[in-house]
Amino acid sequence: MAISFWMLAVVAVIAALGVVLLRNVFRAALSLILCFLVVAGLYITLSADFLAAVQILVYVGAISVLIILAIMMTREVQRGSPNSRFQIPAFIVALLFLEVLVLTLINTPWQISSVPPTAPTTSALANSLFGEGGYLLPVEIAAVLLLSAILGAIVLAREK
Amino acid sequence: MGLQHYLILSAILFSIGLYGVLAKRNAVIVLMCIELMLNAVNITLVAFSRYVVPALLTGQVFAIFVIVVAAAEVAVGLAIIFAIYRGLEDIDVSKIDLLKW
Repeated sequence: MAISFWMLAVVAVIAALGVVLLRNVFRAALSLILCFLVVAGLYITLSADFLAAVQILVYVGAISVLIILAIMMTREVQRGSPNSRFQIPAFIVALLFLEVLVLTLINTPWQISSVPPTAPTTSALANSLFGEGGYLLPVEIAAVLLLSAILGAIVLAREK
Repeated sequence: MGLQHYLILSAILFSIGLYGVLAKRNAVIVLMCIELMLNAVNITLVAFSRYVVPALLTGQVFAIFVIVVAAAEVAVGLAIIFAIYRGLEDIDVSKIDLLKW
């Protein structure tokens, strides 16, 4: 478990750095897809099997295709990925934010539970999403949100 | 592996995404960095769900909703980028200033 976590963590950080450091936009998108895959692996080490499958289906399958489509449509590959004039302030802000976050995380006494994790999670998740006293109303609202987002995307992207 | 390892990894990923959002001029890269930040938050939620309340799965339910909202956000965001590109022939976020006074 420890070896798999460290390998996945190192690859995740390298892939995330590739997204912001690579000059070529298409290579940055491929690096982002690698990062999504590694995050699915991290979900498996956290014994969240259903979420790992959802991550691969939604992020690696759908969202990455949309992003690559956007890169193809806007001919941004030739122009590369330039930095704005806020590059150094942005770096300082991100570094300070990371430092504050890590200090807080290390110094907080978390209430670690010793109960073994639920596995497999699919039926338990279905019960808590659709079962009695669960999250049925948020599920319905999410469905309405997805429908309105699709309609909005069609209206915005359609040729006049 | 403890909870703190996952939380620190997710903090690193979130900070990389934050830097990208603030420092990049290409709107597609900015959107990609927002996706990176959402993934970092999802790792945090699942790690809390695994280590703090392993029997309840609340964090995993929240992560599913975050993924749904991220999918809606990326669809609308890319449609807006298409619309801007058709009007301006450019998606440099430092040149998109139609709403400035």
